[in-house]
Amino acid sequence: MSEPRNLLQGSTGDWEVVVGLEVHAQVSSKSKLFSGASAEYGAGPNENVSLVDAAMPGMLPVINKYCVEQAIRTGLGLNAKINNWSRFDRKNYFYPDLPQGYQISQYKDPIVGEGEIEVELDGGETIKVGIERLHLEQDAGKSIHDLSPNESYVDLNRSGVALMEIVSKPDMRSAEEGAAYFSKLRTIVRYLGTCDGNMEEGSMRADVNVSVCRAGNYDKFRETGDFSHLGTRTETKNVNSIRFAKQVIDYEARRQIEVLENGGTIDQETRLFDPKTGETRTMRSKEDAHDYRYFPDPDLLPLEFSQEWVEEIRASLPELPDAKKHRFMDAYKLGAYDAAVLAMDKTKADYFEAVAAGRDGKLAANWVTGELFGALNKADKDIDASPVSAAQLGSLIDLIKDGTISGKIAKDVFALMFDGEETGDPAEIVEKRGLKQVTDTGAIEKIVGDIIAANPKQVEQVKEKPKTMGWFVGQVMKASQGKANPQAVNEILKKKLGL
Amino acid sequence: MTDLTDLSLAQLRDALKAKDASSLDATEAYLSRIEKAGDLNAFITVAADKARAMAKASDEKLAKGKGGPLEGVPLGVKDLFCTEDVLTTAGSHILDGFEPKYESTVTRNLWRDGGVCLGKLNLDEFAMGSSNETSFYGPVVNPWRATGSDAKLTPGGSSGGSSASVAARLCAGATATDTGGSIRQPAAFTATVGVKPTYGRVSRWGVVAFASSLDQAGPVARDVRDAAIMLKSMAGHDPKDSTSVNVAVPDYEAALGASLKGLKIGVPKEYRVDGMPAEIETLWRSGVDWMKDAGCEIVDISLPMTKYALPVYYIVAPAEASSNLARYDGVKYGHRAEEYDDILSMYENTRAEGFGDEVKRRILIGTYVLSAGYYDAYYLRAQKVRKRIFDEFVSAFEKVDLILTPSAPSAAFELGAKTADPVQMYLNDVFTVTANLAGLPGASVPAGLDKDGLPLGLQLLAKPFAEETLFKGMYALEQAAGFDATPDEWWA
Repeated sequence: MSEPRNLLQGSTGDWEVVVGLEVHAQVSSKSKLFSGASAEYGAGPNENVSLVDAAMPGMLPVINKYCVEQAIRTGLGLNAKINNWSRFDRKNYFYPDLPQGYQISQYKDPIVGEGEIEVELDGGETIKVGIERLHLEQDAGKSIHDLSPNESYVDLNRSGVALMEIVSKPDMRSAEEGAAYFSKLRTIVRYLGTCDGNMEEGSMRADVNVSVCRAGNYDKFRETGDFSHLGTRTETKNVNSIRFAKQVIDYEARRQIEVLENGGTIDQETRLFDPKTGETRTMRSKEDAHDYRYFPDPDLLPLEFSQEWVEEIRASLPELPDAKKHRFMDAYKLGAYDAAVLAMDKTKADYFEAVAAGRDGKLAANWVTGELFGALNKADKDIDASPVSAAQLGSLIDLIKDGTISGKIAKDVFALMFDGEETGDPAEIVEKRGLKQVTDTGAIEKIVGDIIAANPKQVEQVKEKPKTMGWFVGQVMKASQGKANPQAVNEILKKKLGL
Repeated sequence: MTDLTDLSLAQLRDALKAKDASSLDATEAYLSRIEKAGDLNAFITVAADKARAMAKASDEKLAKGKGGPLEGVPLGVKDLFCTEDVLTTAGSHILDGFEPKYESTVTRNLWRDGGVCLGKLNLDEFAMGSSNETSFYGPVVNPWRATGSDAKLTPGGSSGGSSASVAARLCAGATATDTGGSIRQPAAFTATVGVKPTYGRVSRWGVVAFASSLDQAGPVARDVRDAAIMLKSMAGHDPKDSTSVNVAVPDYEAALGASLKGLKIGVPKEYRVDGMPAEIETLWRSGVDWMKDAGCEIVDISLPMTKYALPVYYIVAPAEASSNLARYDGVKYGHRAEEYDDILSMYENTRAEGFGDEVKRRILIGTYVLSAGYYDAYYLRAQKVRKRIFDEFVSAFEKVDLILTPSAPSAAFELGAKTADPVQMYLNDVFTVTANLAGLPGASVPAGLDKDGLPLGLQLLAKPFAEETLFKGMYALEQAAGFDATPDEWWA
């Protein structure tokens, strides 16, 4: 039995929060799930609409094989069971942006079954989150209510676009864990190339399920599988950022505890999140819930494919973030945290590997996660917009390694390149600006001699307290404008001061 | 020269090929017959200009010795098939003014092969009915009348416009659809030949959907040869219909006249209902004798699940229909109510005004059987029984090649006779729904007249994609029956 995690204190005792996410990820596909219309974002209203998407009489859906392949890829990336036989069902409800009067989805027999992923938390801890299922379904169109006082407009560009709904198990136990899971899922689909993960464009959004229970009850649920140990959950729809998901969980947990502690009950309901207030509010209660009258879509045959095809897809998978993380730890001797930071974003990982190739991996990681990420962060830039290329950073590290420049000078050169004051090969920049390290012992000896002669007090002091030699090092470096080789400075100082 | 409308489709085709007649002349002859046959109410839309233009184009091809297998032949189209820029109503008020910007695969195939489109034929609303009385455009009247009576009879349904127009020689042949018997029962009521092919043989793309897992298009024609010619053009794999099957289309016409020696004909004892006229029983026995004379071996078979077919059908078909008809909401096309306060009342008023009673009844039944708490008891159970019906046919077809039954439990009845009792109306489909539930090909062939001088048909069922065997058997029945009666032209 595990310790209850992340207890929340109420006025009547401790509570646990239980979180599950249903994430809708738009399949990166040129065309829609059941029609040849373009699935591209940003077209004019109703420009990407086929006869099928508009549900004209007599129109029939035909499955897009590419979308099926992406769902399988994603399932494999989630370490999940791929169902070689699955089926599409109709989910029936009326809405103007749902032209068919039903959404084609997968209800009883999804294409992907149970799986599990590793999720890294900020503190460096890793948790496992179970995947319940992944299924394919059509997106609806968009109703626009604010263009006219009397009329609503409908844009069907999204109607029929392929979505993967990825349902987690109720394995997350805090806002942080929920957010970390959402973020990890995004990392995985972006790695796989099955979804662009672009939340502003609506490519990824989550329905966030939250419940609270008394401390210890979650473990009873885990032991028995009996959901009655858990509290009643609410579902907050269409949360389109990781930060918002975190806010939803925090807000809902606190709200539910307050309701319960005041003797109230939680309604199983659908809620909406208001990013302006950070609060959720009731959208639809259980009594108003639709009866969707799911039944197998008779226009489509069951979706069947061979295991050979699944294996072909498996063989074509890229290295996934968890595997990459472990490889970085082994091959470059990185710590788990640095390895995870670098591996979770494919562009960052690729950048790091380009820098580290044939070099000291640890030093490369320090430069990438420290100097580079720091500068990018400050400049609010993505790694693919980095003014310093991996090749430049690699050369810069080479200059440190071969003693051409010191680490400090390297930072100056990096800043020059990052700010765009210098471009091109760092070696040439160093040459041009005369930043090469002085290794000429004669020159250093002269500077050291001058400084010892000018500071008799310090010389006496250093003989009693050898640690104060650092002061001399600083003086020498200052006098050499940082170009003196620190190792040579140290040796000469020791010799001349008789330490 | 004989009236071109007296020629069968095959005869007209040959005359056109031989340049003994022109398509434009044939088209004008049909248009003039259609004009005089207003009392039959067989057409919803007559596409006279389009027909003339198509006929002229056909004549040009024929003059050069070119043209497809149906070049220049004037055809009628059930108004369930979407036809580009031609009003398509499905017999419903809710599709008011709907002119598709696309052509159904079946009609596209017919025009590709040279067919000429005379217009759109009346039908039960959304093909839901067995008497053509649920059409928003009023019932079609059967060209046949009982001897000595001028009572108006049903041409059957839902393809009543197709059966009546072929029987009255308002077209050389017609497209139709069959969800529970909508081709075969009207064919039986009008002494025409109707073929429902194997599910998946003919594309459903562009056909207004009633019940997707049961709907299948086929021809209504004057004789077996005409039906074979039409089906050859209509059929074929269509990548736009996921349930369409990629099996080569044989030359059905070539199968006609082939020997039936050694063919086993199953006679199922369950194809009888209470109150079925003795003449139908007698005709069925004649059919058995005819097949025996043709060299067939007769095998008595039992299909005990037959009694569940009708209840299963009236769960599955309305369930699918309730979902298929959800798209008619007044938002995108067709009728929209003028009075409404919000989106909900727009839906409610539009659908209340746009759908007729029978369509509403089936939407309600379908919605009910799919509802939470009822799904398992109705829809799921019906699907299980449907599988049993299919399995039963599979084992029957291990023993026999064709199954012979009556097409319908009665001859054509008077308009209005069964409208008050939906269950009585549904019983019309009792011999035909099984083929839809099992996806089998089936056909009705005119076989005789009852004591009132009204036509009766016999039905043949075959294995999936065994349409060639079906046509062989149909042709033998036709030859043996020697049916050559025609209705008096009381309407002209």
